[in-house]
Amino acid sequence: MIKQGILVHDSADDVGVAVTDLRCGSEAGIMTLEGTGIGTVTVVEDIPLGHKVALNDMPAGHGLLKYGRAIGQSSRAIRRGAHVHTHNLKTQRWKA
Amino acid sequence: MKAAAMKLRGYRRENGRVGIRNHVIVLPVDDISNAAAEGVSRLIKGTAALPHPYGRLQFGADLELTFRTLAGTGRNPNVAAAIVIGIEPKWTQRIVDRIAETGKPVAGFSIERAGDLRTIEAAARQAMSFVQWAAELEREPFDLSELWISTKCGESDTTSGLASNPTVGRAFERLEAAGATLFFGETSEITGAEDVVAAQCATREVAEGFMRMFNDYQKMIEAQGVDLMGSQPTEGNIRGGLTTIEEKALGNIQKIGRCRVRSVLEPAVEPGGPGLHFMDSSSAAAEMVTLCAAAGSVVHFFPTGQGNIVGNPIIPVIKLCANPLTVATMPEHIDVDLTGLLRAEMNLDQAADRAMAMLERTIGGRLTAAEALRHNEFVITKLYRSA
Repeated sequence: MIKQGILVHDSADDVGVAVTDLRCGSEAGIMTLEGTGIGTVTVVEDIPLGHKVALNDMPAGHGLLKYGRAIGQSSRAIRRGAHVHTHNLKTQRWKA
Repeated sequence: MKAAAMKLRGYRRENGRVGIRNHVIVLPVDDISNAAAEGVSRLIKGTAALPHPYGRLQFGADLELTFRTLAGTGRNPNVAAAIVIGIEPKWTQRIVDRIAETGKPVAGFSIERAGDLRTIEAAARQAMSFVQWAAELEREPFDLSELWISTKCGESDTTSGLASNPTVGRAFERLEAAGATLFFGETSEITGAEDVVAAQCATREVAEGFMRMFNDYQKMIEAQGVDLMGSQPTEGNIRGGLTTIEEKALGNIQKIGRCRVRSVLEPAVEPGGPGLHFMDSSSAAAEMVTLCAAAGSVVHFFPTGQGNIVGNPIIPVIKLCANPLTVATMPEHIDVDLTGLLRAEMNLDQAADRAMAMLERTIGGRLTAAEALRHNEFVITKLYRSA
């Protein structure tokens, strides 16, 4: 297990940030900014340092929380442990 | 580093403001005077020319912003004295007069009816005497309450919101408590966190002023009818893991910590008192830092994730970074290494101690990475097409 693989801003967040490169299948510890461990997640695809990891299963159209606030909407269903980025998360602002 | 323990020494200028650098600048009023300004700076050691592409046939608010930026740069207390060179005398004199209000030495030269060569000779003689005078000025102790400091982040990624931006936020809280004058801005990049900034405004009037400025820019973006993906967030942001403007904005505003916003400023306008001020500004690094310097900031905290390398010709830009890949691959650009925050090897207070210690050293004369690497980006914000 990677002890401190993922940091979260808020314990209610739907995503955390990989603070090291995470390989598909590895189990990563989730830690708050205060240094409290809040469980682990098994990563289901390679996720590079700095990119987001889903901490929950989410349907399409979900207002996805980071910093305890919606940072956009899932454009397709996202499963726990998946990479969250431009392919499955869209802004709710400035829509052309 | 506790704020009260900092030992600060700077150059006290004629108007009482304190600078931390001692530049003699050669400021062109317009694009076609760049060659003469650079001619002077090549002849006289210790002078810096600030070439730029504008200053002709501008009008209205756009012209006024260019004038404010040029004059504000000359007025900045990091500048000991200024040479101003323009193609004709009238606009040149307008810049000279605004700089002269500070009481510092300033002289204007115009090229028409003299030509580049005679202008360069006359300006170089004046620049030489300014440099010899400025070189003998001595630093004296000053108080943190006399410091004007700005922040803007760049090439941000998720590590910015997790670590380097909150470090600046914690440092800004200490500086606010010490009575310093603080700037932030980046109007477009607050999108998705504008309510947080509005809630931190000191009064309802300030909050209304902020929302008016914010909404005006939103209307401009929406009128373009385009998707800003790739511009805001930038391709660098996206590569670093940021997906949406809301996510980027929530990370961005970590830089102001829990400080109260005292006023809302038009770009390149000097604030009227201490505390944190929001300045309407682009999020493009060189434009924003240039506007901060023109508004009187003498030093800048610049957190970066993927590695923005911007600098400024008159104010030191201190780079802070928590991304281990960036610190490893671009070490010559980073002044404060905050990667320990991601590994839980230090907490935010310890990180802010590091930022404040580097601030103290920079004020004392340590060259920032951007200064040593000659990053002298001087970029005027253009509001619309010239006549």
